[in-house]
Amino acid sequence: MKRLILALYIAFLLVPIYWLVNMSLKTNQEIVSTMTIFPRDITFANYMTIFTDPAWYSGYINSITYVVLNTIISISVALPAAYAFSRYRFLGDKHMFFWLLTNRMAPPAVFALPFFNLYSAIGLFDTPLAVALAHCLFNVPLAVWILEGFMSGVPREIDETAYIDGYSFPRFFVKIFMPLIASGIGVAAFFCFMFSWVELLLARTLTSVNAKPIAATMTRTVSAAGIDWGVLAAAGVLTIVPGAIVIYFVRNYIAKGFALGRV
Amino acid sequence: MAAITLDRLAHSYLPHPSAPSDYALKPLDITWRDGGAYALLGPSGCGKTTLLNIISGLVAPSEGRVLFDGTDVTRMPTEHRNIAQVFQFPVIYDTMTVAENLAFPLKNRGLAKAEINARVHEIAEMLDLRGDLNRRAARLTADAKQKISLGRGLVRSDTAAILFDEPLTVIDPQLKWELRAQLKQLHQKVGRTMIYVTHDQTEAMTFADTVVVMYDGGVVQIGKPVDLFQRPAHTFVGYFIGSPGMNVLPATIEGRVAHIGSSSVFLADDYPTLPAGKIEIGVRPENIALKTGAEGLPVRITRVDDIGRIRIARTVFEDHEINVVLPEDTPIPTDPRAVPIADRVHVYADGHIVDASPVRGHA
Amino acid sequence: MNKPFDNRAWFLVLPVFLLVAFSAILPLMTVVNYSVQDTFGNNQFFWAGTDWYVQLLASERFHQALGRQLLFSAIILLIQIPLGVLIALCMPRKGWTVSLTLVLMALPLLIPWNVVGTIWQVFGRGDIGLLGYTLNRIGLDYNYVNNIGDAWVTIVVMDVWHWTSLVALLAYAGLRSIPDAYYQAAKIDGASRWSIFRLIQLPKMKHVLIIAVLLRFMDSFMIYTEPFVLTGGGPGNSTTFLSIDLVKLALGQFDLGPAAAMSIVYFLVILLLSWVFYTVMTRDENERQGGAS
Repeated sequence: MKRLILALYIAFLLVPIYWLVNMSLKTNQEIVSTMTIFPRDITFANYMTIFTDPAWYSGYINSITYVVLNTIISISVALPAAYAFSRYRFLGDKHMFFWLLTNRMAPPAVFALPFFNLYSAIGLFDTPLAVALAHCLFNVPLAVWILEGFMSGVPREIDETAYIDGYSFPRFFVKIFMPLIASGIGVAAFFCFMFSWVELLLARTLTSVNAKPIAATMTRTVSAAGIDWGVLAAAGVLTIVPGAIVIYFVRNYIAKGFALGRV
Repeated sequence: MAAITLDRLAHSYLPHPSAPSDYALKPLDITWRDGGAYALLGPSGCGKTTLLNIISGLVAPSEGRVLFDGTDVTRMPTEHRNIAQVFQFPVIYDTMTVAENLAFPLKNRGLAKAEINARVHEIAEMLDLRGDLNRRAARLTADAKQKISLGRGLVRSDTAAILFDEPLTVIDPQLKWELRAQLKQLHQKVGRTMIYVTHDQTEAMTFADTVVVMYDGGVVQIGKPVDLFQRPAHTFVGYFIGSPGMNVLPATIEGRVAHIGSSSVFLADDYPTLPAGKIEIGVRPENIALKTGAEGLPVRITRVDDIGRIRIARTVFEDHEINVVLPEDTPIPTDPRAVPIADRVHVYADGHIVDASPVRGHA
Repeated sequence: MNKPFDNRAWFLVLPVFLLVAFSAILPLMTVVNYSVQDTFGNNQFFWAGTDWYVQLLASERFHQALGRQLLFSAIILLIQIPLGVLIALCMPRKGWTVSLTLVLMALPLLIPWNVVGTIWQVFGRGDIGLLGYTLNRIGLDYNYVNNIGDAWVTIVVMDVWHWTSLVALLAYAGLRSIPDAYYQAAKIDGASRWSIFRLIQLPKMKHVLIIAVLLRFMDSFMIYTEPFVLTGGGPGNSTTFLSIDLVKLALGQFDLGPAAAMSIVYFLVILLLSWVFYTVMTRDENERQGGAS
């Protein structure tokens, strides 16, 4: 019974994805004219279109660029802050922590327009950096929250011993502390990557040509001649791939990250 | 209530065990009397938890049978075995009150309300939980929670046996004593079979009438606490029980003399039929005196620890360490010799005790 | 927890503070600023006071979008939380299937949101989509583009497809943290399957479920991309949720004042509702702690 429910659920998850993959391997002719569960003539032409057209593949490069930038920025500013929250009390610490978390509740739609104005004003509009910074809005609070959870699990005695042994704070932090919370950094990086990769509203608002993310490029398939379903499906499949790879590598940490209840 | 028989019981987590080291639990035969208090004592990884899980039905043994009052329960699921178990950390139903916790097993068995109430009050009385009956169980201290888990076992009148899996692990040290004493009293009051797993010798010795010492997947000795102390059946028991443990020295036996290095000590018996293997003698620190003279082993004292009522002399003889317990006011002689009491010296072959010849000198 | 008091810790928090201040406070100030002014293009602003707020709170359009949004979040929570818990209970506890299940279940979570929309847009079409085609073939008149009911069902199913795994993974983590001894004890006590769920599993999952409810509430309340791609807010305005409406107002019509006022109200509604959820769900616990101390 349990098996059956789980199998049905996973089938429910996979069938729409399968349909996309199926379509990406068909010609537009086949897609529009008949209903086939398997592609009759498997074609990779749709994928070739994407890999050979710079307008397509630069979309991927742009997306990956801002996602990686965002992950690096988020984690590197969140690490010291999370340490401060997990180790010290200071003026306004609770308010600060709470205020950070409220940013996770801010609808991106609220920020779309002001971000557009802000980044235009400082000349970052249409750069990956603009998107990376904008995504910090929800990823930094998240990273601080996850990392604080992992850091609180490390006994303070370790810090004290290191200071007694003559470590300076930066050296202790990099050499001793960071390896101890490596899995926490992994989990935090995973979630930063994930939320930056899937977000589109801000990414599309802050870019026009040069830094256009792949997800926005996909609207290109709509042309006067109708929708190029095959290429659209292939582009969609290709956006699933990075996520699938990342999940595969962090699969054993996911449960751990979730177990902390800090997502 | 039930007597528990383990019949040629063995367990391996591997599918096809061949060598003895493949067994988490080596073949054993034990019968536990109805209403007895037993302890399973051993270091972690010795197989005691595996044995407990087999009795409770969590693990199905790969060989042998478990009998409750002669009925084979080997393949019977836990819920039909009528056992109760107290775990390392308290298992309580957080959302219920103490009374609801205690009533839960009876409710599940469909007893009448009045009867449940009576039983719950009786058990609460017994466990000193009366005042807390209407409080949320989650709010109580760890020791009270452990009592609730125990109470859920006691509340059923048909419980065949109560199993304790290191139940005092999370209890504060000062409360441990009290709870242990209460357990002992409780056993006398309810007369159920109780099996107590622990790695703490004091807990085992104070709780149980009979202690089963386990080591490396096998039972090395079953006996009364005093037997374990005075006549350890295995050098491991000697080491493990007592503080400091038994002194074990390699020896060669000749008549009633054991030669150790260049010196010798006297034995109380002959050992004409010594089995082959590594021969050692074992003697407890409590059974050695430090004397002057020609008898015994010449030792050098490295340290004397005063631990209150007694002192422990750490001494070295050739390259063997020998611990000696000194009564409080005895002076330590110069050029001391360690002289064991002859009839407290036991002979071991490959770790197992060797019985003296049937014709005992003073039997 | 007796952490030392040290205000120098602020230096460690400073980078985060500056960054988030830059990307949250500054824009919010802009929004507040817009919300109390009026403009006729050419960058001339006039003080408008609370006019925009008054207008917004009286506008039918806003009421409807808010109503749709509340209805949508309510449906999502009512489906996804129980379903997620059910799935978590069905997930394997050990063995090689664990990793496989985790990876497959997490897959929808890592698909860009517009692609989620695209997947369902394609999947639901009567001509080229498996779902739409099959439903039409078995005689159901299904068309998410023209029929309001079908559009809603498709969006809800899409969101269930997209996010139920998150709830399930959280609940699964909660279940995994229950020591075996609890199940063993329940067996010994003769507890039924239902009792085990109600008395052991549910209480132990409470913490992660609170987080799941909050996350699902917040994210469903902010939903934009997926329905935008799927239905574009239609048919008519029937699936125009708050975010879609706001973006139409701000980026489509460039009605800065009303859009800014709506932004502020929108944000406050989320904060308020999250706070209400949180307080209600932890009330029991606080009472208990209050009583114990």
